[in-house]
Amino acid sequence: MAEYRLETPLKDEDIEKLKIGDTVYLSGVIYTARDAAHKRLVDLIKDGKELPFDIKGAVIYYVGPAPAKPGYPIGSAGPTTSYRMDPYAPVLLDNGLKGMIGKGPRSKEVIDAMVRNKAVYFAATGGAAALIALSVVSAEVIAYEDLGTEAVRKLVVKDFPCIVANDMYGNDMYKEGVEQFIKRGKI
Amino acid sequence: MRDINVSELTNAVKKLVMDANYYIPKDIRDSLEKAYKDETSQSAKSILQMILKNHDISREKKMPLCQDTGVAVFFIDIGQDVHFVGGDFEDAINEGVRQGYIEGYLRKSLVNDPVIHRVNTKDNTPAIIYPRIVPGEKVKIVAAPKGGGAENMSEVKMMKAADGIEGVMDFVVERVKKSGGNPCPPVIVGVGIGGDFEMSALLAKKALFRNIGERNSDPEYAEIEKELLNRINALGIGPMGLGGKTTALEVFIEYMPCHIASMPVAVNLNCHATRHKEIIL
Ligand code: SF4
Repeated sequence: MAEYRLETPLKDEDIEKLKIGDTVYLSGVIYTARDAAHKRLVDLIKDGKELPFDIKGAVIYYVGPAPAKPGYPIGSAGPTTSYRMDPYAPVLLDNGLKGMIGKGPRSKEVIDAMVRNKAVYFAATGGAAALIALSVVSAEVIAYEDLGTEAVRKLVVKDFPCIVANDMYGNDMYKEGVEQFIKRGKI
Repeated sequence: MRDINVSELTNAVKKLVMDANYYIPKDIRDSLEKAYKDETSQSAKSILQMILKNHDISREKKMPLCQDTGVAVFFIDIGQDVHFVGGDFEDAINEGVRQGYIEGYLRKSLVNDPVIHRVNTKDNTPAIIYPRIVPGEKVKIVAAPKGGGAENMSEVKMMKAADGIEGVMDFVVERVKKSGGNPCPPVIVGVGIGGDFEMSALLAKKALFRNIGERNSDPEYAEIEKELLNRINALGIGPMGLGGKTTALEVFIEYMPCHIASMPVAVNLNCHATRHKEIIL
């Protein structure tokens, strides 16, 4: 299992080398969106309208951060459960999204869309929210301010820690990690 | 009769919700440290290491352990010789939640209506309050803010007596298995058996707040807790569901008598970021 430092936007050659279980430290711009924002983004695509950010090569982080204390760009900011975004993710992937960060397994439809579009899904550590917040350099709401914590934010991150949970080859760490453990236990 | 001004409740609640969100209970911390030592897979170890480091950062910077600072749940034991003065009991609790969540930079995670409008209430009220009248003239407040990820993986099942203890155990193990990485494992598994439909769920939630290592006082149920913990950790779900030895830190069962025709069983999961703080007034 390798360790990589990657810059966003993600390029195909970055993604081609990633395998499940690899540790990745992401730097650059990532965008936040949860359920309500996803619904609006997908509606824009369906209506043929422009998205509030360039989705080509983009990474979306599923998070609703806590409010920032004075002197900090953001409050605690760990991942939320990803399956709630499964109905929307394939449309975004088909439009150029290259990475998603969240927690918990993805549906077959999302995994297929990752394979089809050379994209990855990163698992961040749920509940390690203060630690993750320290990797955020700046945060700015760029759309849907009315959604409060669920607004779309542009984050600049430095060495954001995550693990590859689904690679572009269709592998799923949520299945294989558990299977490996069970195999090891039986030997 | 002892008079307690409700402003004391407000102040206590405000401090409890902040402290519960910043400071991990010591028994959970110790148990996670042990899990870190026991794990052999690289991803499990690195996840647990991040979780432990996160405790330190939260404590030092007074930043919440998790951004999901939860719905504010309180179990309040009120001595029957207490007389609250100076205002409304529930309003005072909600005022404490409001102040604590705003001044403590905690996330406001409640919507006003569950289905149709879902507009944020902006101050994390209303709280969920379970008052109980007990002997004496003290008031004990247990604050247990609870995030959505783990709560969403809970279930109540009205089982049959014929399902027996095997049926109960299969249901609990299956519930944890289906939850996978979603409730942020390592989890604590609360199991409530008996009572009626809603009481079983309440028992399951209360079970979550026993201290790690504290077995049920009934030796038969204590054995079942141990067996369930072994079966759950043999699933291999591991930290954050990416595989490993530590799927659950503990399984706690609470039970009570029930109707001859019924056997309600509830499972409530708590994530490793267990928020729990109490005070006695
Ligand atoms: S399950 Fe717990 S640790 Fe995970 S995101 Fe929710 S509140 Fe945080």
